[in-house]
Amino acid sequence: MKNLLPRLFWIAAFSLLFSSCGGVPEIPPGRTVIRYWDKWSGWEAEAMRAVVDDFNRSQDRIWVEFSSTSHINRKLMLSIGGGVPPDVAGLFGNTLAVYAENNALTPLDRMAREAGIHGEDYVPIFWDICHHLGHLWALPSSPACLGLVWNKRIFRENGLDPERPPASIRELEQINDRLVRRDAQGRLQSIGHLPSEPGWWPAIWGWWFGGDLWDGKRITLNSPGNLAAMDWIATYPRRFQSRDLLSFRDGFGNFASPQNAFFTGRVAMVLQGPWIHTFIEKYAPPGFEWGVAAFPAADPATPAPITLVETDVLVIPAGARHPREAFAFIRYVNERAAMEKLCLGQRKFSPLRKVSSDFFQKHPNPHIRTFLDLAKSPLAKHVPPLTLWAMMESDMKQAFGKVWSGAAQPQAALEEVQQHLQAEYENHQRRWSRLADTLQRQWDAP
Amino acid sequence: MGRTMSAADLRRLGTGFMFIAPWLVGFLALSLYPFLSSLYLSTCDYSVLAPAVWIGPENYTALSRDPIFWKAAGNTVLFAMVSVPLGLVLSFCLALLLNAEIPARGFFRTVFFLPSLMPLVCLAVLWLWLLNGDLGLVNACLRPGLQTLNDLFGWHLSPPNWLQDPRFALAGLVLTGIWGVGHPMVIFLAGLQEVPRHLYESADIDGASRWQKLRHITLPMLSPVIYFNGIMALIGCFQVFAVPYVMTEGGDGPERSLLFLATYLYQHAFEYWNMGYACAIGLFLFALILGLTLVASRISSRHVHYEGA
Repeated sequence: MKNLLPRLFWIAAFSLLFSSCGGVPEIPPGRTVIRYWDKWSGWEAEAMRAVVDDFNRSQDRIWVEFSSTSHINRKLMLSIGGGVPPDVAGLFGNTLAVYAENNALTPLDRMAREAGIHGEDYVPIFWDICHHLGHLWALPSSPACLGLVWNKRIFRENGLDPERPPASIRELEQINDRLVRRDAQGRLQSIGHLPSEPGWWPAIWGWWFGGDLWDGKRITLNSPGNLAAMDWIATYPRRFQSRDLLSFRDGFGNFASPQNAFFTGRVAMVLQGPWIHTFIEKYAPPGFEWGVAAFPAADPATPAPITLVETDVLVIPAGARHPREAFAFIRYVNERAAMEKLCLGQRKFSPLRKVSSDFFQKHPNPHIRTFLDLAKSPLAKHVPPLTLWAMMESDMKQAFGKVWSGAAQPQAALEEVQQHLQAEYENHQRRWSRLADTLQRQWDAP
Repeated sequence: MGRTMSAADLRRLGTGFMFIAPWLVGFLALSLYPFLSSLYLSTCDYSVLAPAVWIGPENYTALSRDPIFWKAAGNTVLFAMVSVPLGLVLSFCLALLLNAEIPARGFFRTVFFLPSLMPLVCLAVLWLWLLNGDLGLVNACLRPGLQTLNDLFGWHLSPPNWLQDPRFALAGLVLTGIWGVGHPMVIFLAGLQEVPRHLYESADIDGASRWQKLRHITLPMLSPVIYFNGIMALIGCFQVFAVPYVMTEGGDGPERSLLFLATYLYQHAFEYWNMGYACAIGLFLFALILGLTLVASRISSRHVHYEGA
């Protein structure tokens, strides 16, 4: 009995060691191993892992080791700085500018040309996102865009046509007014639409009012379109009292939970992307009826849907040990079969122009074609390719918050962020001018 | 003076250096080198990945004109000014209570100390819910009291949206910090047990009241402990990061009311890729803490009483 506990300890320790070893696949001899980091976890990581496994089986030269990596921007920055980057990394497309201008990526122009990869293969906006300063820095992995997602049951119960989403901001607000419910004390219980739910894109509301964030030469946050959007935001605290709005918003549960305000019916219309399908499947009540359409523009005569398009991208960090092999993997992911497997697994649409005939039939998201159509719109936009995008997002979040709480007038809030960001932009341009020629020559070298 | 060292002295010196070598290597590699490196990089345009370009005092000039930096500095100082005295007074009072002869004293000491062992991220998530304007426990406790006041005086008071309202966000964070009073409380308790009994006995013979004993015996005898706890709390407040970072989901809070110097430094270093600017913020923070510590040391020489000194 005296020795039983130590023996049990050693048995448990060895069992743990061997069981964990059993999960690591053995790398076949003679392969070049490339390390691939991506930010995905959960089902999204599993979808990519399946593609990686297919690639590893498909040839006998390269072996991809896939790691699901949290805080990838910070870790990748430090690994590149430390001279030990992975061979392939998965990033958000809106971070390409900052990596490229810091000479942290390998230009892919030549390798793509040699592999026969051209812009015509892709939905145009995705090819555009992968370029910066005239060079190709990445190829897409899985894309997304935004649309108006609405709760059909709430529409029906309130005498609205559940198949007819609002066609303009004015209509959206008319519906909003019909869907507002308060309790006996006058506190908000439910609402049609709330620009702060989930509040992930406070910088881009101006797009639906004809505004833009950057004109290629200067920051344009105080442009008339952005001001009109902020004026629209300012109507909320006036109509509903900012204190009530804050209290109402505080009662919402986490996005990834059954208490999500959209799933519980407290908000009937939200700006969301194709991933919402997965969360509806997991957290919304059974039989949840929902629809997807373009988020309405202020001007009903706007000729095409306006949307934000984003894509995750695959890059080869500067200093990667096996860039050729890394590109072979990226190229494989961008073949139609692999891309469709990835996008089906991640419940997204494909960024490729050509899609298999059964892709949409097999896709679990019934509205995926609508999202793809939105991404193909001539008025689809991506965030400006600026190194100060993160700062712009943060500043616009503050401006939105000030207007939302009634602490600032729209014009004043926008002027403040305009001045700050224009000064930062000029600083950046001045600093960039010190490096630009050297780096361009380096990137242009054959 | 002027005596050359003998071989035995040199051997002893070498042995001494061997003993402190682990600390010395750690200090040189992990403190002095990063400090000097930051000092240099604060005068550079540096993003970690592109080569550092020397720009002289440009980062410091920009810092002096950066309203967001001054907002963060103001928030940090205000937080420290409220949090440090409040934490000291509370932990001291708790220590006094738990030093008294009360039933289940050990149990209560453990209960009050336990919250300070909670990891900061868990603490932040827990307090996010406690301070929720609609469903939070803090407001659930405040609501009946405010309702009574409203009924009595015809007012229209309602509990605040703690972390959504810029007027209350900092107060919410101070409340959160109160959970950490267990650590200074234990140090105060240890200090209280070191106060010689005979001083209280003499005071009793002289007919001193409880307040007089506290004022003229306990406080002077505990002054080194108060000084130590104060300095540690001050440094902790100036480095506050994890709790507001989690509570604001990596943001700044409403109207940047929860933006602190450490958060702003992090944003510039790892989100905006301005490592040179971040180094300048770091050095400002260093100078601020150093300056306040020196001021505290100067004050302590007059007010801190060391037994036997």
